[in-house]
Amino acid sequence: MAETAQMQVSDEVAIRINNMNKWYGAFHVLRDINLTVHRGERIVICGPSGSGKSTLIRCINALEEHQKGSIEVDGTLLSSDLKNIDKIRSEVGMCFQHFNLFPHLTILENCTLAPIWVRKTPKKEAEETAMHFLEKVKIPDQANKYPGQLSGGQQQRVAIARSLCMRPRIMLFDEPTSALDPEMIKEVLDTMIELAEEGMTMLCVTHEMGFARQVANRVIFMDEGQIVEQNEPEAFFNNPQSPRTQLFLSQILGH
Amino acid sequence: MTTISDPPQESFRPSMLLSDTRYRSITFQVIALALLLTAIWYLGSNLAANLRAAGLNISFQFLGNPAGYDINQTLIPYTSQSTNLQAAWVGIINTLLVSFLACITATIFGVIAGVLRLSNNWLVRKLMAGYVEIFRNIPVLIWILIIYTIMTAAMPAPSAFRGDDPASSMMLGSFAFTNRGVYIPGPVMGPGSFIVVATFVASVIGVFAYRRYATKLLYDTGRLLPMLWPSVAILLVPTIVMFFILGMPIGLDYPALKGFNFQGGIQIGAPLIALWFALSIYTGAFIAENVRAGIQAVSRGQTEAAAALGLRSGRIMNLVVLPQALRVIIPPLISNYLNITKNSSLAILVGYADITATLGGITLNQTGRAIECVVLLMLFYLVISLGISMVMNVYNNATKLKER
Repeated sequence: MAETAQMQVSDEVAIRINNMNKWYGAFHVLRDINLTVHRGERIVICGPSGSGKSTLIRCINALEEHQKGSIEVDGTLLSSDLKNIDKIRSEVGMCFQHFNLFPHLTILENCTLAPIWVRKTPKKEAEETAMHFLEKVKIPDQANKYPGQLSGGQQQRVAIARSLCMRPRIMLFDEPTSALDPEMIKEVLDTMIELAEEGMTMLCVTHEMGFARQVANRVIFMDEGQIVEQNEPEAFFNNPQSPRTQLFLSQILGH
Repeated sequence: MTTISDPPQESFRPSMLLSDTRYRSITFQVIALALLLTAIWYLGSNLAANLRAAGLNISFQFLGNPAGYDINQTLIPYTSQSTNLQAAWVGIINTLLVSFLACITATIFGVIAGVLRLSNNWLVRKLMAGYVEIFRNIPVLIWILIIYTIMTAAMPAPSAFRGDDPASSMMLGSFAFTNRGVYIPGPVMGPGSFIVVATFVASVIGVFAYRRYATKLLYDTGRLLPMLWPSVAILLVPTIVMFFILGMPIGLDYPALKGFNFQGGIQIGAPLIALWFALSIYTGAFIAENVRAGIQAVSRGQTEAAAALGLRSGRIMNLVVLPQALRVIIPPLISNYLNITKNSSLAILVGYADITATLGGITLNQTGRAIECVVLLMLFYLVISLGISMVMNVYNNATKLKER
């Protein structure tokens, strides 16, 4: 698995973050972040809560503004220009901890809203695409239900399908399984693994270390707004370098 | 809660009426109903006995007698020789008029203030907070008085508009603000004016049809037509063309000073303006809070998810936030509309002839038919309020979320 994964990574750069800094008021939440992600790479970001890992990936699609440094996505330099932000958001899909499906729309409408209004796809075509991805996440039979009628795991899979309908080249996952029951975590992770096997560039903030071992080709550990350590999963888990990483791993793997 | 675990069949004992969950609630309902009926019977027999002792009866014949008083603002024909029933109709229509106008303007004030209170602009935000806090925390009765006093004390009398060098002049030559009210130009419908009005109504329908078509086209082919300018063109061009083709059949009747007062045009009396404006700004402050609560009730995650999908903020508002905010805004909006209707009964304070002032005021005093008048008054407000409530509930059900 790890070997096939390696082979899919290309030299092409998908995301390049250079000396990025971010403050919330006086609070320095991200410090000198440097990160290069190649196309096809699957990166797992972990770290204690408040370490800035969610903020980091939210900066990539401009849900948060950074104050210093630069972010480049697919060759487009992120600025505060609306057209620029539109372009980057159309390349980057995102899944959230609390799914954030639109409760007033059906599953199918959730998946076709952005393709119709942003991509200007005809409705019929958008619905075909949506059904294709809903089949992929294995819930085509729920297409005409509302989000409130689905379980948490199903909702998160819909959220993944909704993002995929925009045909993104990069997917960001912000703790996609943290709000789920243990039995539902697996169905969401299976979907994500399938996505990884197809060569999607992925950045996942997650505490699912099994997922990290199986899918990631790089694991990043963050603490206090800094990237403390990054390595291939095997090396990262078996031979962590910094004491902070060792402590973190002993805490989350200890039970 | 009833347990369905196949229990041994117990025989009924009287103590089970209080101790058994199956009978307990029925017992209490029977007791409550009995108490209520007793109270109604007591009050009813009391009323009957007192009426008998005073030599009175219940009769609605007075409604057919001449009212014998004048009303300053009427929308339907009325003289002092008209019946009390006609006076009541004048009152009902005046109540409906001021309530309807105030509901519309209060909604406009409320939506604007509510949205602006969430603005990123510090000054605008604070101004709106000031508006809301000042207007909703001072009784509406006082607002009616303040505005009426300003109008009657500070505005010039019609006589100030007279002479070669008048103290006041009409705004744009057609609007006169006086202490008796505001005089504005009124339309004069010539022959063919019906066609112009009909064209305009058709254009309004046409705008909706166009927007529908544009959405359908987007759904079918992915082409998004421009919305704003075509809408404006469809709305105005046919009506203007028709207006000139038919030789300008609709003219304006300008108010002009004749004798002691303005004649012609439309007169909006000071009492109506004071009541209308006071109810609007007062209730608008409450609606502003509802609107703000509704928008804030939609979680940030919704906006973020929509933004992450590439939607711009205007579309996010229209397609994601508002549809969800409306279901939070509508129920309190209903009760604010009901409040406007009921608070309009304060009209009597400034001499606006609403139903409380005519039927519940002068008619009641002159005929002495207190019970009949008050019962009719209560029935009227009840019917109107239940009507508003019903219409808005239908709308509320239509925007409700499906959870199961």
